[in-house]
Amino acid sequence: MTTQTTPTGAPTAARRPASPPAKKRSTAVGRAPWILVGPFLLLFLLTFVLPIIVAIGQSFTTVTRAGLFGEQGVTTGFAWFENYRIALEDGNFVASIWRMLLFGVVQVPVMIVAATVLALLLESASARWPGFFRATYFMPYGIPGVIATILWSFLYVPGLSPIIDLTETLFGFTPDFLGAGTVLWSIANIVTWTYAGYNMLIIVAQLKAIPPEMYEAARVDGAGPWRTAWSIQLPLIRPALVLTTVFSIIGTLQLFAEPQLLMTVSPAIDSQYTPNLSAYTTAFAYNDYNVAAAQSVLIALVAFALSFLFLRLTNRSSR
Amino acid sequence: MTAAVSAAPQRTDAPPFPAATPGGRGRRPATTILVTAVLAVVAIYFLVPVYWVVVAASKTTDDLFGTNGFWFGNTFALFDNLGAVLTYGGGVFIRWFANSVLYAGVGGLIATYLAAAGGYALAKYAFKGRNLIFGLVLGGVLVPGTATALPLFLLFSQLGLANTYWSVLIPSLVSPFGFFLCRIYADATVDTSLVEAARIDGAGELRIFHTLGLRIMTPALVTVFLFQIVGIWNNYFLPLVMLSDQDLYPITLGLNNWNSQTDRLPEFYELTTGGVLLSVIPLAVAMIVLQRFWRGGLTEGAVKA
Repeated sequence: MTTQTTPTGAPTAARRPASPPAKKRSTAVGRAPWILVGPFLLLFLLTFVLPIIVAIGQSFTTVTRAGLFGEQGVTTGFAWFENYRIALEDGNFVASIWRMLLFGVVQVPVMIVAATVLALLLESASARWPGFFRATYFMPYGIPGVIATILWSFLYVPGLSPIIDLTETLFGFTPDFLGAGTVLWSIANIVTWTYAGYNMLIIVAQLKAIPPEMYEAARVDGAGPWRTAWSIQLPLIRPALVLTTVFSIIGTLQLFAEPQLLMTVSPAIDSQYTPNLSAYTTAFAYNDYNVAAAQSVLIALVAFALSFLFLRLTNRSSR
Repeated sequence: MTAAVSAAPQRTDAPPFPAATPGGRGRRPATTILVTAVLAVVAIYFLVPVYWVVVAASKTTDDLFGTNGFWFGNTFALFDNLGAVLTYGGGVFIRWFANSVLYAGVGGLIATYLAAAGGYALAKYAFKGRNLIFGLVLGGVLVPGTATALPLFLLFSQLGLANTYWSVLIPSLVSPFGFFLCRIYADATVDTSLVEAARIDGAGELRIFHTLGLRIMTPALVTVFLFQIVGIWNNYFLPLVMLSDQDLYPITLGLNNWNSQTDRLPEFYELTTGGVLLSVIPLAVAMIVLQRFWRGGLTEGAVKA
């Protein structure tokens, strides 16, 4: 009967201390979560926590090589914020962060709005074959960014692109998809193409969770489709919109494959076009791991700051 | 009537019943045509690049540059091109493909199992450090994956693991997002009284997880598994940083290698377009077939987040 008095929540080691088998059992209960979570935790520490500690450590370290090729020994020392100073004084690196902010301010809202509109249209009664359209929109998510970029680059390159041929014959106008002013938006197009359907699916999942009584009530109150979308559906899919926006912001700062591949066809992209490309170049072309580590830490910090800023803003406006 | 109302939102393929839908005005033909037309135009946008590569893969290099990109060329060279893709460099394309399958399959399976065990443990046991672990992993969800790749490379090269299968496989075994989803899903679905009952029946803790927990969590596990597979399959930065041996490349790195040679050697255009086609088709089919499974745990995660 003692079991009756114990809380129904998760069992604790204090359960039924009177009987010996129960005690044995309670140590098993105490050990079990660690056995279950242990392997995950170990790998998480190895692949997430440790690299972050290593990166932070590296970013505060300086390596000096004695002699022309370091043949007289290599000494490492604590560098304070020297590597961060070098990273932040590098105009190209700072410019790449601003470039990504500009990219994000335009591309993320465009993509999220497009995903929301598509989700609402697909879930409205007015759409025919919603299953087919949903599958089609989602399909690019399964195509790796590298392959998506190869695909689109073929449609951007003059001489190969049927789109350029088409606009030339129809309008007598030759678009330059790879020029200095346009290539950023050509990249935005690839990113939108890849992820709009995926974000749409997350929003659709949340739309499907809206109880049908809500629609029924809105209909009884005489709300039309626009009113229903604005006053019922949009407020209720808010969590999904916040989630997809935060992931898109983080994704924007990580942009790498698309510009790296387009570099070969577009002279407007240099080896420091995006923050990540910059860190990669610093590490593998200049072999300066310490400054590269400082750059990686800065990228993560900006991603964190923007995510928190966005979450703060959405929290405030909901009150 | 009520039955139709409650059933309609769960349906996936058929158009929802007019009475139970947002707006609820029923279907007017003009609206239907307009909305479907908009959706069709958007569908063309998503399909054009894939259509282009199907056409391009069937052309010789001369036709590729000499004929209209949206229609087939003078010679139908699809099978010659695909044959060239599969045999070039001693079948290295097949090797890349197999590597991708290995990384994504093994990584996805183990990552899902580990995330399930960890998420279940956090949801169903009160133990010291539980909140710390959850906070730590939640932070991990927000850390850009590419920010850890560089230091991970430095770490792995010191351990002698860089440029091995392990260097790509080990980071693929961890899914913080999967862990997060599993915890929320286990919290909501695995009944504590059921776990208690199994305990009273004398089942061991691990057995309870394996027989009861895993079974109840299956819908969320499918979602986590698919996420992880796509994440690993599409990953480019990590293998790029880790691998220098071409035999270990996944398909993304391999195709990039071919693509980067096109400006010097035009015959690589045929190889690249053929290779892209061969790698896109199984993925596109898998996405279309599996898209209904992408719902399971997602809604739970999103609603609670």
